[in-house]
Amino acid sequence: MLSVKALFTEYPNERGETVKAAQDVSFDVPEGKLFTLLGPSGCGKTTTLRSIAGLERPRSGEISIGERVVYSSGRNIFVAPNRRNFGMVFQSYAIWPHMSVFKNAAFPLEVASARVNRAEIDRKVMRVLGTVGLDHLASREATKLSGGQQQRLALARALTMEPKLLLLDEPLSNLDAKLRERMRFELKRLQRELRLTTVYVTHDQGEALALSHEIAVMNEGRIVQIGAPRDIYERPHNRFVADFVGSANFLEATVIGRDDRADIYQVQTAIGNLLAFAVEPLKPGDRVVISLRPEDTQLSAHRPDTLNAFEGVVEAKLFLGEFIEFQIKLGDMLMLARVHPSFSPQVGTKVYIGMNPEKCVAIPDDARHRKA
Amino acid sequence: MSGLAELAAGAAARQSLWQRLDLKWAVIGVSVAIVAYFALVPLVFLFWQSFFTPQTATKAAEFTLDNYGKAYSSLETARLFINSLQFATGVAIFAFMVGTLLAWMNERTNTPFKALFFSLSIIPLVIPGILFVVAWIFLGSPKIGIINLVLQNWFGTKYVFVNVYSIWGMIWVEGLHYSPMAFLLMTAAFRSMDPAMEESAMMSGANILQVAWRITLKLSWPAIFATILILFVRSIESFEVPALLGLPVGIEVFTSSIYRAIHQYPSQIGLASSYAVTLLLITSVGVYFQSRLSSQGNKYSTMTGKGFRPRTIDLGRWRYAAAAVFFGYFLLIVVLPFLVLLWSSFQGFYSVPSMAALKNLTLDPYRFVFSYPTLAQSVWNSLILALGSATVIMLVTSVICWIVVKTKIPGRWLLDNLASLPMVFPGLVLGLSIMIFYLYFDVGVYGTIWIMFAAYITRFLPYGLRYNTTSMLQIHKELEESAQMSGASWATSFRRIILPLLKPGLLAGWIYIVIVSIRELAASILLYSPGTEVVSIVIWELWENGQYVELSALGVLFIIALFILVMLAQYVGKKFGIKEAR
Repeated sequence: MLSVKALFTEYPNERGETVKAAQDVSFDVPEGKLFTLLGPSGCGKTTTLRSIAGLERPRSGEISIGERVVYSSGRNIFVAPNRRNFGMVFQSYAIWPHMSVFKNAAFPLEVASARVNRAEIDRKVMRVLGTVGLDHLASREATKLSGGQQQRLALARALTMEPKLLLLDEPLSNLDAKLRERMRFELKRLQRELRLTTVYVTHDQGEALALSHEIAVMNEGRIVQIGAPRDIYERPHNRFVADFVGSANFLEATVIGRDDRADIYQVQTAIGNLLAFAVEPLKPGDRVVISLRPEDTQLSAHRPDTLNAFEGVVEAKLFLGEFIEFQIKLGDMLMLARVHPSFSPQVGTKVYIGMNPEKCVAIPDDARHRKA
Repeated sequence: MSGLAELAAGAAARQSLWQRLDLKWAVIGVSVAIVAYFALVPLVFLFWQSFFTPQTATKAAEFTLDNYGKAYSSLETARLFINSLQFATGVAIFAFMVGTLLAWMNERTNTPFKALFFSLSIIPLVIPGILFVVAWIFLGSPKIGIINLVLQNWFGTKYVFVNVYSIWGMIWVEGLHYSPMAFLLMTAAFRSMDPAMEESAMMSGANILQVAWRITLKLSWPAIFATILILFVRSIESFEVPALLGLPVGIEVFTSSIYRAIHQYPSQIGLASSYAVTLLLITSVGVYFQSRLSSQGNKYSTMTGKGFRPRTIDLGRWRYAAAAVFFGYFLLIVVLPFLVLLWSSFQGFYSVPSMAALKNLTLDPYRFVFSYPTLAQSVWNSLILALGSATVIMLVTSVICWIVVKTKIPGRWLLDNLASLPMVFPGLVLGLSIMIFYLYFDVGVYGTIWIMFAAYITRFLPYGLRYNTTSMLQIHKELEESAQMSGASWATSFRRIILPLLKPGLLAGWIYIVIVSIRELAASILLYSPGTEVVSIVIWELWENGQYVELSALGVLFIIALFILVMLAQYVGKKFGIKEAR
């Protein structure tokens, strides 16, 4: 449905230097799917979204929706944003303060090149306001809405034009934590029900994992991994993805050899030999980094009879309600472990830390930028 | 069949796309052209004229350096230069000291009635310069001045106590007139300062005066310097005081010399131009430094621009003395001038207040004013000019401002500077350059009301730009982008999103320009001709004819009308939640 090919954008900053915002960004979003661009601030995700919207003009590349090319540097095509018929929800919501709720939502229909009659506008706007649960506030001034209501109005406005594509720029980042969680569910439900092809931009990995059909993790203008949420989380392709999505312990390691099981290798690390998982084949002598999520560790007072178990000392602990985070000292290394509060050894006591080989993901050490 | 329909629809869509694109660039193009034309043309022709001999019916203009030679070889010019500097420096320092003292008392002390005083500080704006000067002539002239007569009566002497017809008198009157501006600027500076700076000095054991002198004033240094520069520029380009108080006793400054050079026969436009170029250089330097200062203002990290609510200093018993200063000041700047005008407006011929004169109260001056032949026409002209130029300026600068603030078009800073350029034009110099231009390029504008329209638009363009910029900066760019994403063209989103959101700034700027254009005298005085007089010109004519009581009657009516306008502006400002910009 949406296809972005080899997109490059750059713009001058305040000091006149050229900022390379998007570098060779390519991806496809199938019809009815929600696609997320995830990355830290300045990674080029918003620039990519604004290029799709037409609010920024890329330096080169091609963007098409279905059969319609909206931007192509090769064929010198640039369709103005107001001619693209994409709905967009902005980070600030951009609700027009001088209009009522109804007027805000009706605006896209009023300015449409194909004239829509009054009754038709009324019907469409009220239906969309009903979908987002604002129909009872239609005549209210837009500035009198709460944050969550403004967010829904922004969504309603993007929906009234029955867009081919919905673009969401960090739509939840201005809401407080509780409301954000609720809106996550609501957004997901709406997108799944309406089957709207959607591009979603966020720096919040939780949002990305919760909402998306597919995620592209971006760093320094490039896409470093594309995959389903579970793949991104459990099978990071490189150190950046492992570190940015969730938190991870990293152990530098050298491959010794294959294990009996498929995709499991024996590696040597500073804390001893262990078994690790790898997607791509490794050969002895390869340098890798082992990534292990804190919640994938098991702590116990006695040595467990599994593989990958090491003895350590509790260095520090943080009680966080749902779980306790421990810093465990293993030789010179500090490892982060996250366990249920029912297990709570004192600082300074000896514990055993166990690591499931399936969860110890070996990542090639040199692969900082990796094409998906 | 359906294919054909689709083809037709596609063509129609392309057609309207072209129309919309055209409209955007047409509006932008026209706005840029208007700004470039009004800001650049007068300047260029002023320079050109200063190097040429006057064009006459028999002789074409020739290149010459004589104008500058004549202007700079005589001792007269040296005196002119010294007079101008003395006058402007004196006014700047006097107005600054008065304004700063009042601002400090108002912002940092517990002087009683200070809230009332602050709300009254807008009133001096309604008294036009020429009326303020005339009122002070009634008060401080050596022969008819009420102050002299009262003091002479008390002490039984013939000694002249005050004389406004002197350089010190000029500084006094002009300084008083500009002190409200100094007050507003310094109030803003004090408000933006973190009071913790002062409080920590106080905790270190400093007393009130030490804090005021060593912390408050020293920290406001950029604001102080900028304020003094603005006052200096304003007074060196002022016309009313030098013309009414300086010329009769031979104290000439640049503005009054320009006026005299044109109003002698034959008029010496070249000489006036070379004076004007010099004056322009002085004001340009001042405005340049002032804009550099205000753009560097954030160097002083204490000035965060946040609104603070500082703890006020307890003046103890001195606070009554401070309140007395407030009332004394208000008396000098509003009450006495207005009362003296009011008094003389009810007299058959001008006389000093006394029991005898009280019996001669009459409405004749008002009858005269209402039957004055050019009055109706001049009121009409003033209104048309003020409303017309305010409307055009606000609409044009809204587009200019959009380009400067919202786009990344290269060279947009140039446009910004171009539209701010008229800031450096003294009113009289602007009048002169526009006069020259339309004298040489006879497009039927000279001698009509359009020439004054051109002058007003040029002169007040920077004000419009400033009001619009303040408002435009507050409009989040996503508000406009979301209109674009909703399918709105540039023209639609400008009309339906930008303009409505800009409304507070548009309205406030519009009213401000209406007020200052109605008061305008310095540019109009070189451009008016019979039939195109404005109200301030009628006042000037009445003064020239010695019709003082009639002038007073017209002045009183004028002040009341302006007062109503300012109240309206205040009301609008409050309603739409914007602060009075300077």
